[in-house]
Amino acid sequence: MLLEVKGLTKFFGGVAAVKDVGFKVSKGSIFALIGPNGAGKTTIFNLITGALPPDSGTIRFEGRQLVGLKPYQIAAAGITRTFQNLQLFSGMTVLENVLTGAYLKGRTGFVKSLFCLPSKNREDKRIKEEALALLEEIGLEEAAGLPAAALPFGQQRLLEIARALASGPRLVLLDEPAAGLNSTETRSLAAYLKKLREKGLTMLLIEHDMETVMEVADRVLVLNFGHVIAEGTPQEVQADPEVIKAYLGEDDQVA
Amino acid sequence: MWKKAILRPAAVLLLFAVPLLIKSNYLLSILIVIGLYTIIVQGLGILMGYAGQVSFGHAAFFGLGGYTVAILTTRFHWPTVLALPAAALLPGVIAAIIGRPTLKLRELYLALATLGFGILVHIAFTEGKELTGGPSGITGIPYLSIGGLTFDSDIKFFYLVWITLFLILAGINNLVRSRVGRALRAISESEHAAENAGIDTAKLKLQAFIFSALLAGLAGGLYAFYVTFISPSPFGFHASVQFVLMAVIGGLGTFWGPLLGAAVVVTLGEFLRWAVPLVIPGAGGEYQIIFFGLILVLLMIFRPEGLGALGKCLKLSPEKMPGTGIPSKDI
Repeated sequence: MLLEVKGLTKFFGGVAAVKDVGFKVSKGSIFALIGPNGAGKTTIFNLITGALPPDSGTIRFEGRQLVGLKPYQIAAAGITRTFQNLQLFSGMTVLENVLTGAYLKGRTGFVKSLFCLPSKNREDKRIKEEALALLEEIGLEEAAGLPAAALPFGQQRLLEIARALASGPRLVLLDEPAAGLNSTETRSLAAYLKKLREKGLTMLLIEHDMETVMEVADRVLVLNFGHVIAEGTPQEVQADPEVIKAYLGEDDQVA
Repeated sequence: MWKKAILRPAAVLLLFAVPLLIKSNYLLSILIVIGLYTIIVQGLGILMGYAGQVSFGHAAFFGLGGYTVAILTTRFHWPTVLALPAAALLPGVIAAIIGRPTLKLRELYLALATLGFGILVHIAFTEGKELTGGPSGITGIPYLSIGGLTFDSDIKFFYLVWITLFLILAGINNLVRSRVGRALRAISESEHAAENAGIDTAKLKLQAFIFSALLAGLAGGLYAFYVTFISPSPFGFHASVQFVLMAVIGGLGTFWGPLLGAAVVVTLGEFLRWAVPLVIPGAGGEYQIIFFGLILVLLMIFRPEGLGALGKCLKLSPEKMPGTGIPSKDI
């Protein structure tokens, strides 16, 4: 198992945002977290990436306990993420965003950066080539020199994924990557996620668009009010009476 | 491209010909002061424009550099060439001590900590009579001599300061285009996203703070060697605010910003000292400050991104102008 979450609990005030949540994600799979708004999906992402400390529970990644590590240490351990509300570096160019995502691939420190050293230039060149290759893969190579804020929304979502991939992580957490995309963009996103999985990347996916979830996910975890109400393959979950109740009882969340 | 290739060296050459063209010691001394302030503001610009932190205590680091030179050379008779690096190092070490706990916290904690620190250091300069000479300061600082070269004239000092300044400018130019420069900008844009990219934000902010303190200390050491006399008055809170203003007026995160900001503020100060008494006879320093404030307010209204951002009007692409500091939302 690449990722093992056990007994994960987080309270906000008196409210349990996440209560005793556990799941396992195997390498090279797409694992989806679904559930109505406020079910605790993004909180789980924040707990895994270290943005929030859990009240109890363990998170093991490649056998290593992540609880207590800082976000940058968790990134260095091989986990990166995208954000539901985009957090691009909007004052930077498209290429610079990906280069910053590749921060972990470099070694040059503050003092060395002040000088023009051959080792630094070689490193810069290598990282830039890799970043450009990544931009080409997602079809943004033409936009490399544009300010990130100048991109249309759909491409900004893609750029955030590229930034998350740039450091060569082994697990990527995608927080509603299809939100705000049109149907063509959503389909090409789904195809891209499947392609990444073929290359061996493992992904955790929060997504409201059920069509996408059913298409790409290997396993689905359904949450409601911070509790796990079902887990299984997309087909199993779809047929689960608890899940149907949670969704239909709520509103028309199922797209 | 050809424009840049010719204009920049031409501007630098012209600048270095200045002492030969101008025979006025007054103008030369103004240029030296601008150069010294630019060195401070260059470091502050990295801290503010890239790491997104403000320091209201840089006059204290500037002063610590000056007093380090004064005390080491007059009381302990250190060779001047060794006193200068010490003047940079001591503020750097102190910045590390202040910065380590405060920079783990976000937002304005550093601004508050440095504000308090600046006031404390200023009081220490005034009250530490045995060591600092109290309000009257320390006189008789020797001239700086490196190897056989003694910097005993304004012309020599002009070259020393401006060559130092351009070396720092070259270093900063490398820095902002590097992995570390991008990481610093990432911190000022989204600390969350920066951390998730594997950037140790607390460590980088601390390094930027130490770097800025080193430069302020270096400028202080040079200042002490230039005026050969030191007292607490140039290192008060007012000076710290002035450095922050220079950084903002010049334009945060811009290449020429620190130089422009320092030049504008120093020139404006000198101009007002001359012009205000002509308009209001018998006007003292307080009127100058009012006019100074007024001009600054107008500048901030009409050029909020600072003067250095004028470079963007000259069609420099974002690739060539890294670090606007302010996210460009209008595009």
